[in-house]
Amino acid sequence: MARSTFIYVTYIRTTPEKLWSALTEDGEFQKQYWFGVHCESRWKGGSPWKMVSSDGHVLDAGEIIEAEPPRRLVIRWQHQSKPELKAEGESRCTIELEPFGTAIKLSITHTIEREPSKLIEAVSGGWPKIISNLKSLLETGSIVLRDPYPAA
Amino acid sequence: MAERHDTDVLFKALADPNRRKLLDLLHAHDGRTLNELCEHLDMTRQGVTQHLGVLEAANLVATVWRGREKLHFLNPVPLQEIYERWIAKFEKPRLKAISDLKKRLEKANG
Repeated sequence: MARSTFIYVTYIRTTPEKLWSALTEDGEFQKQYWFGVHCESRWKGGSPWKMVSSDGHVLDAGEIIEAEPPRRLVIRWQHQSKPELKAEGESRCTIELEPFGTAIKLSITHTIEREPSKLIEAVSGGWPKIISNLKSLLETGSIVLRDPYPAA
Repeated sequence: MAERHDTDVLFKALADPNRRKLLDLLHAHDGRTLNELCEHLDMTRQGVTQHLGVLEAANLVATVWRGREKLHFLNPVPLQEIYERWIAKFEKPRLKAISDLKKRLEKANG
């Protein structure tokens, strides 16, 4: 079966524990690098997961398939707010943290079993900005982009 | 892994037309094997392997093993960092200018 995948990789000078908590800690820290969005979950295998916008809308929802802190997180991920993306069904997002010299290699793989995929197109635009902000926030204490699509 | 070293490696990787062609091929269709990439390039298999190695070292290409196949993906994160460093700060004033122009023209019509 055809599939759509993207893989994003970055190296962040931090510890696996700090990076894990930046990815899974609910609330304010996440909103800083994720343009106001945050995730809600207990971050254990089998627990529900959802991504919530700054105005309280559930954008994506699913379940934690695997959680192995501070190394590996697999999320069953289905879009909720736009009907044409929701109709594509479930995707899978795998987040891996791997020590690499003085840094942590962060890999994000997002896959859906269809091609082409509007969902993959949509999330692939957002992830580089989020990852880049996260790297900057962990390494320097501040973010570079406040707004994903800067406007007036 | 010093910042200057990362930047040097990144720009050296981009400073070659064959490597940019490889990135274009992956941009058009991600997740290709070495054989698939070789089909589109007038280069030896060894040459393509070397170029892919440089791109991987610069973190512009990420690879995944699926069974015995190594799949190559374009990784845009370092390019996003270039964008943020030198371009992002110019975007806001430009978009504001377009938005102001739109408002002024629409007001004039009304």
